[in-house]
Amino acid sequence: MSTIALKVNGKDVSAEVEDRTLLVELLREELKLTGTHIGCDTSQCGACVVHVDGVAMKSCTMFAIQADGAEIRTIEGVAQQGALHPMQAAFAEHHGLQCGFCTPGMIMTAIDMVRRLGSDLDEATIRHELEGNICRCTGYQNIVKAIQAGARAMASQ
Amino acid sequence: MDLGDIVKGSPPPAVVHKPKPHDSAAKHMTGEAVYVDDIRTPAGTLHAAPGYAPIAAGRVTKLDLDAVRKAPGVVDVLTADDIPGANDASPKGIGDEPVITPERIMFYGQVLFVVLAETRDQARRAARLARAATAPGMPMIDVDDAVVADSTVLPDYTFERGTPEDEIASAPRQLGGEFRIGGQEHFYLEGQVALAVPGEDGDMYVYSSTQHPSEVQHVVAHVLGLDSNAVTVEVRRMGGGFGGKESQATQWAVIAALGVRKTGRPCKIRLDRDDDMMMTGKRHDFRVDYKVGFSREGGIRGVDVTFAARCGYSEDLSLGVVDRTMFHADSGYFYPTVRILARRMRTNTVSNTAFRGFGGPQGKLFAERMIDHIAYSVGRDPLDVRKANLYGGAGRDRTPYNMRVEDNILPEIVNELERTSDYRDRRRALAEFNASSPVLKKGIALTPVKFGISFTLMHLNQAGALVHVYRDGSISLNHGGTEMGQGLFVKVAQVVAEEFGQELDRVKITATATDKVPNTGPTAASAGTDLNAQAAMAACRAIKERLFDFIEQEWGVGRDSVQFREGKVIIGNRAMDFGELAELAYRNRVSLSSTGFYKTPKITWDREKATGQPFFYFAYGAACSEVTIDTMTGEMRVNRVDILHDVGKSLNPAIDIGQIEGGFVQGMGWLTTEELVWDSAGRLMTHAPSTYKIPTASDVPEDFRVALYESGGNRADTIYRSKAVGEPPLMLATSVFSAILDAIISLKPAVMPRLDAPATPEAIMRAIRATGAGDP
Ligand code: FES
Ligand code: FES
Repeated sequence: MSTIALKVNGKDVSAEVEDRTLLVELLREELKLTGTHIGCDTSQCGACVVHVDGVAMKSCTMFAIQADGAEIRTIEGVAQQGALHPMQAAFAEHHGLQCGFCTPGMIMTAIDMVRRLGSDLDEATIRHELEGNICRCTGYQNIVKAIQAGARAMASQ
Repeated sequence: MDLGDIVKGSPPPAVVHKPKPHDSAAKHMTGEAVYVDDIRTPAGTLHAAPGYAPIAAGRVTKLDLDAVRKAPGVVDVLTADDIPGANDASPKGIGDEPVITPERIMFYGQVLFVVLAETRDQARRAARLARAATAPGMPMIDVDDAVVADSTVLPDYTFERGTPEDEIASAPRQLGGEFRIGGQEHFYLEGQVALAVPGEDGDMYVYSSTQHPSEVQHVVAHVLGLDSNAVTVEVRRMGGGFGGKESQATQWAVIAALGVRKTGRPCKIRLDRDDDMMMTGKRHDFRVDYKVGFSREGGIRGVDVTFAARCGYSEDLSLGVVDRTMFHADSGYFYPTVRILARRMRTNTVSNTAFRGFGGPQGKLFAERMIDHIAYSVGRDPLDVRKANLYGGAGRDRTPYNMRVEDNILPEIVNELERTSDYRDRRRALAEFNASSPVLKKGIALTPVKFGISFTLMHLNQAGALVHVYRDGSISLNHGGTEMGQGLFVKVAQVVAEEFGQELDRVKITATATDKVPNTGPTAASAGTDLNAQAAMAACRAIKERLFDFIEQEWGVGRDSVQFREGKVIIGNRAMDFGELAELAYRNRVSLSSTGFYKTPKITWDREKATGQPFFYFAYGAACSEVTIDTMTGEMRVNRVDILHDVGKSLNPAIDIGQIEGGFVQGMGWLTTEELVWDSAGRLMTHAPSTYKIPTASDVPEDFRVALYESGGNRADTIYRSKAVGEPPLMLATSVFSAILDAIISLKPAVMPRLDAPATPEAIMRAIRATGAGDP
């Protein structure tokens, strides 16, 4: 057991974790931030993507202990003062979801995509960048549309 | 405004037919939408993890659980001996699916015991410490093994009309063949999960990610030896179902309930993804053998086909699933004489189950493959052979099960798509491309879809709903359907809002629960909206009836002069808020709550005699796909897809288009990249997304054009003349498979390659080699 201190969605958090506790377990079980989902347990589906120091990470691939001192943002911390982030708004507007299970991970990945590649994203780039995020419901069409629109909206913000 | 005028004539619908967002969209954006795994568990909740059989067939001779019991955090272990009632999770209660097998092992991964521990991690680690001594038997793994052993889960079943063997023999041309159709893993993104909480008097409250709460309720009661009224099952939403949670969510819910029974503590189980893939059933895979006789132009005279399905170790839903294969072995084509024989093979593998299309896609894939075979052998464009064989008017409108196809719009849909997809010009361009491209080859195909709507098990075609209007005019809606992302809840809520003339946000959608609406069928067969929206409408109408009477009494205004619209109630030339009316009605002791019930009219099916009208109507569609294959590597890309699909008058076009796109891509995955592999010992080798390839965003063609077929609406009297849309679009993807065949054929015209599904790069290479193309 070790004690770690980190910032989650802007709040200081300290937690006792076992060495093998995964970041996703800390978020879901200890901090009750259940918007981060577990789809595959093995770092393939992307349902568990969060931002660690601003970078998209699959939280099932990372030990909680590795997040000591880091700043974490989960889907719950994306909307600011009750206003949806432009990427969230775009997913809602463009019907970028069905069951919604992949949605938080998709949004976290999409925001990171814009951070790295800018807001002028062509379709091929978005599709390529979504390699690590599986959606079993939508066929991705509306997700791609949402990301494109969300990226543009982020630029004009 | 003269209110008197407004009342004349009914206004156009304000909420239905509109592209309303999914009811939970806002909550999904912020992570607030709660799935079973997200429910805050009561203090002391235990976590269950299954231990499983390490062989596919045989017996357990000794199960040593000492190390398991001693492992950290372990509170208890469940074995078959802990089951107070029936040890059976089968949907029909026929005793062939032990919740925890006592001794006999029927597939690799069958549950032998269940660990209950303080944490999930502890339970899973402890499960590995068991030592099982076994006496292995000879497993039957694939269909061929079972055919040799003549091992089935159910008797063979046949549709037959005329004497196809004579017609085939006397037809100008004959051909035949054998091919394989692979299964499919559901990979609902949210895996199997359940949480059971003890109540008073031994009652059980179960949160289950299930498409069939009533069945979970009944089976939990049966296994625990309780009456059904002691068990309540609730499901707010699933993270995908696709059929994989129709019957196969039950076992896990039962295990959680058994954990409660044994320990008195709440108990939760969430399967690890690899375990989920290993322990739960999939789409049935098939071996298909066929013969067909036809004219020189490719007109079908007689068809004789045998389907052998891998059902797995138990019956599960294989009766209905494989029947639906037979019902759809015609795709959209008329077979003057026909025999369709289906065999349901019992194997030592996980029990195959419902999967979007419920066997239908496999039947249809056969038909398209046969048509392609005919077309290439007579040297015609497969589209022309397809069109020549479509159902037509009198004399060409009987299905192999003798139902008349009365609502056929396939010729119109196919013609329209042929035009809008520019099929003929592209076919020519493609031939030129292929002539000048030695390695890359293109193919194109346009295939129809016709899918029968209704459960073929007649009693499932019923639904119930419960609607309350509160004194402030807000509405609470409940029905027996479950939400798995398909948009059922929002569609039903649209219908309810429309009935009361309210905005959608005045309707509160509540979790499906067996203590609100009892004795429901599964949310399946694409029928969720058809059934539940009708039941909800019936409940609304019952309440409105009472309001009409009250209005008449109170103001002397007849119902013809009353309208519910724009949040108001217009009563003759007076208008009031709906809430105001609700309050007045309450004060005058009018009941504002009602159940509603619906059963599908007209349908009949006598399975024994194979006669009747099993389907209320058909849903239609067509897709045109173009692909490029690399003949050196077998790689394949879908270049463009055009879809024209019939949803009647859509209740919600945004939701429906989403279903079409998602269904198509899922079908494309089934037929191209998703390959299930078992080794000879019966171990599933593809038990994670690392080895089982689900389509990703970049597998989907950028040029993907989806249109809804414009029509006056469903000819059958369905809710707002809409049509079911859950399953039919999956079958649009057979156009991809036919297009791949088309590309391969271009190497050596008129030689039909043997291409099995899925058409993985390996399968494509095998097919190319088999044509002998490139051979000197
Ligand atoms: S749960 Fe982390 S990638 Fe699937
Ligand atoms: S919406 Fe269901 S997995 Fe993406």
